[in-house]
Amino acid sequence: MPEPITVTVNGRSVAVRAGATVAAAMMIAGSHCRRSVSDEPRSPLCGMGICFECRAMIDGIPHRRSCQILCASGMDIRTDE
Amino acid sequence: MSSDRKQFDVLVVGAGPAGIAAAATAAEYGAGVGLIDDNPTPGGQIWRGESANGAGEPARWLTKLHHQNIQLLSGTRVFDHPAAHVLHGETADGFLELSYQKLILATGARERFLPFPGWTLPNVMGAGGLQALVKSGLPIEGKRVVVAGTGPLLLAVASYLRKHGAEIRMICEQASRLSLARFGLALLSQPPKITQGLSLRKGLSGVPFLTKSWPIAAGGDGVLKEVLIRSGGGSEKIACDYLACGFHLVPNTELPALIGCRMRDGYIDVDELERTSVPDVFCAGEPTGIGGIELSLVEGQIAGATAAGRPDVAQRHGRARTKLERFARALDRAFALRPELKTLPLPETIVCRCEDVTYARLKPYGSWRSAKLETRCGMGPCQGRVCGPATQFLFHWSPDSVRPPIFPTVLKNLAAMAFIEAHPSGAMRGSQ
Repeated sequence: MPEPITVTVNGRSVAVRAGATVAAAMMIAGSHCRRSVSDEPRSPLCGMGICFECRAMIDGIPHRRSCQILCASGMDIRTDE
Repeated sequence: MSSDRKQFDVLVVGAGPAGIAAAATAAEYGAGVGLIDDNPTPGGQIWRGESANGAGEPARWLTKLHHQNIQLLSGTRVFDHPAAHVLHGETADGFLELSYQKLILATGARERFLPFPGWTLPNVMGAGGLQALVKSGLPIEGKRVVVAGTGPLLLAVASYLRKHGAEIRMICEQASRLSLARFGLALLSQPPKITQGLSLRKGLSGVPFLTKSWPIAAGGDGVLKEVLIRSGGGSEKIACDYLACGFHLVPNTELPALIGCRMRDGYIDVDELERTSVPDVFCAGEPTGIGGIELSLVEGQIAGATAAGRPDVAQRHGRARTKLERFARALDRAFALRPELKTLPLPETIVCRCEDVTYARLKPYGSWRSAKLETRCGMGPCQGRVCGPATQFLFHWSPDSVRPPIFPTVLKNLAAMAFIEAHPSGAMRGSQ
């Protein structure tokens, strides 16, 4: 088994397995991904890059579809953009 | 940001079973092939997480992609078709212009989602959606899951999740037992499908499987805690960590529609060689009809061989195609949505999740277009991919014409697109 990867979600460290997506990391952290236009918390729906509910800020770039992006060591993930 | 330009004999969009089969077959018959996919790795949804080093059919097909004639472009999303034989795509760090002699569209399908109270709560997900997340690193061991909706995917997902340690509280299928029995009869000519079905059921022994059952509401404070299920004549409350809910599949037809491919009954119209109404453009897999892996592989091989100039090879698959198409039609009949599901949303239930447009705001409108213009329904980043199929079912609205960009892209890429149009030759050398 390859070593787990550590990323941060809103500053908190989270360990994920190699090959995990950023969306999975946010769910492991127990966090939602974004807030909707009427301020509801939202988390992944489709898991395949269609619904855009899993958008988050990754390494300073906002609105990334987190279910399509693999975690890399030290990645800085921010919810609520 | 970088810009690049690539040219192929055959360009395949979508690296699921149909696209992989198309690319492998076209390469085998000598074509220079580009295989483009939005996901980080090939396999599509059904083979997500599979690798060429694994076992069985997925590995066998994925191995074929290691061919000198194939260039795999993962993490690349097509957003425009500016002219015949040209597509524009976006990568993590730039813009890509792709030109081709022949184009094979294998854009796959997505789940159909229907709105009900609480469906926007975190941890209410698609059935395939939750499976995709688990394949992408979400631990599911010990979690309580209700699987609901309709279609053969429900059993496959429940079985997969249970194998990975989930406690499946219940499987709720909206179709009736009679409808499923008829589907079983239709399968008698398809022995592999029966074997698959039986092995799934075996892996799910002891799990309650309800027919004519669906979620009425999901509840929880900021995150899912329980689901109210309709069963028999009454309802039942079930505590759970996840609700995996999808109502069968709808084809991804946005790119074929943008290119101008003619549609028939909601699917892309193709002939027996997978040719669309647009010259040099083929379509294979779920966009031509929801039929599963076997049909997708057959259609991919037909499209790949024809695109590489070998229609004689393609024709050898004709009989298998006809037989598997019967299965696709049986699927559509067996898992047709029951009208009661139209009454699930309450007035305040959100239908368009991007713009938070409620059922009550949409109900007065007579068409998708007027609702879009007045309420912004379908105008958010998903561009109606979730609420479009839902409103088609709820209100019988037909989808609008498709316009570029078919996915949101960064302004820089729209600028690059405009620059290329203004400077058609030699514009793409180096980076901008």
